[in-house]
Amino acid sequence: MSLTLVHARYQLLETVRVPVAVIGSAFFPAASMLFFVVPFAGDDPVGATFATASMVTFAVMVSNLFQYGVGVAEDRAHPWDPYTRSLPVGPVPRFAGRIIAGLVMTFVSLIPVVLIAAIGTEATITVGGFLAGLGAILVIAVPFTLMGLAIGYGLPSKAALAVAQIVFFPMAFGGGLLSAPGNAPGFIETIAPYLPSRGAVELMWAAVGDFPVSTTSMIALVAWTVAMGALAAWGYRRDEGRRFS
Amino acid sequence: MTLARAVEVSRRYQTVRALDRVSMEIHAGELVGLLGPNGAGKSTLINLLTGLRRPTGGRVELCGGDPRDPASRRHLGVTPQETGLPPTLRVREVVDFVAAHYPDPIRRDELLDRFGLTELAKRQTGGLSGGQKRRLAVALAFVGRPRVVLLDEPTTGLDVQARRALWDGIRSFHVEGGAVLLSSHYLEEIEELAQRVVVLGGGRVLADDTVAAVRGMVGVRRVSLTVGELPPLPGVVGVKHVDGRTHVLTADSDAVVRALVTGGVDFSDLEVRPTSLEEAFLALTGDGGPAVDGGVPGEADGGPAGAGPKHAVAGADR
Repeated sequence: MSLTLVHARYQLLETVRVPVAVIGSAFFPAASMLFFVVPFAGDDPVGATFATASMVTFAVMVSNLFQYGVGVAEDRAHPWDPYTRSLPVGPVPRFAGRIIAGLVMTFVSLIPVVLIAAIGTEATITVGGFLAGLGAILVIAVPFTLMGLAIGYGLPSKAALAVAQIVFFPMAFGGGLLSAPGNAPGFIETIAPYLPSRGAVELMWAAVGDFPVSTTSMIALVAWTVAMGALAAWGYRRDEGRRFS
Repeated sequence: MTLARAVEVSRRYQTVRALDRVSMEIHAGELVGLLGPNGAGKSTLINLLTGLRRPTGGRVELCGGDPRDPASRRHLGVTPQETGLPPTLRVREVVDFVAAHYPDPIRRDELLDRFGLTELAKRQTGGLSGGQKRRLAVALAFVGRPRVVLLDEPTTGLDVQARRALWDGIRSFHVEGGAVLLSSHYLEEIEELAQRVVVLGGGRVLADDTVAAVRGMVGVRRVSLTVGELPPLPGVVGVKHVDGRTHVLTADSDAVVRALVTGGVDFSDLEVRPTSLEEAFLALTGDGGPAVDGGVPGEADGGPAGAGPKHAVAGADR
């Protein structure tokens, strides 16, 4: 366990030393808050709260896709990674350390969103809602972590960066993260329930406000999680086989 | 006590046979050189001994266990490739990170001092020079107070001074009783440090002997000339004909030239050149083997059957 924390600490240290990476994952959600949520929904307590929850989902998605997708792909290309395999420890602490560091960075990227919501909008939340929201974040981080790992283990680093960028945009729009609940353009309302971003944001909405989640979205979210888990596991195995067998 | 052992180990990468039934051992306190041209299988052997890869045949042991089991690696020290240091971490952070994996690591100050890194402790590794990175990389192998250290070409690309400093570090570890396997394609480096040499070529052990014996084997020169018929010559290890030129591999080029002259042989364009290790061993074994990508054009077609010192050529005749 202590070695896991050592690995997490050094992962974080490496991330923090290149601050652009931190700013990158916090920027999109924070900017979207400032440009879309504050001017259009800022005065409406319910609307602002839901919109903030959407941006939190957005931030969780972006930071996981990029951290794991690009981070893992870069590590695989770097000779330091095989070196750490010659230390007297299995691959678990490094992997677990990466997940912990990823969660920490995810929460860091949420801070600006929450701050902007608190200062610039009428968004309100109860203590219970806040705690439920924190729990929901841990749940919705799972499918996007797996999606990031699938990208990171499946692709070389340049391709991983491109794919992460290509994936997150339709996920955000298609899942209806950039519109109020039930207010997205018609075709998005049609496809949204089948995207993991929708299931994720519905959980967030339900945590912070009065929103009934749809069964379709939940089933889709579980299906995506399982599929991404399988893809990530396949990519991990294949990578092990290529580099360490 | 045997610290590392390979028993009839083979390793294939798809169609390439990187190692072919290699057997060798490293005992406590030994400093063994691993010599061979690029593509000979040196790095593959080291990767098998460190547990990074699995053999496709045979068996490897490290400190009495499977090197793929983390516990077997507790007394192992390995060097990352110089380009592999995390560029944003500081020198002391990298050392602390590695130290966290061992029960009784060496003190950071002591380690940095031994490798002349004390003044660089606060620098990020990305800003170090090539030689400094290499020194740090080698130092990392010693963090966990290892019993055996595997160094894969630790001084490639270093200037003479930096190389000597590293040699001192390796030597002092050895004097304190540590075992070292040091791969290199420089004979000089091996001569300077090692007592025993294992020579790899084409994935096989070509020789496993004292430095002096191997030195004798590779002290072969090539006499090239344009000539019709060759008379019997002294000390010839091999003869081959390429594009109208005749190449004579010999341990005593002076005697060969003398014999050519006194024998009244009609030759032209005489050249005498030292051979590369690779050439010498190809001549000695009479078989190029696969995956030889050394820089000697026209030589990979396999030399004539060798008349070399058979006692030292192990594994060549199956």
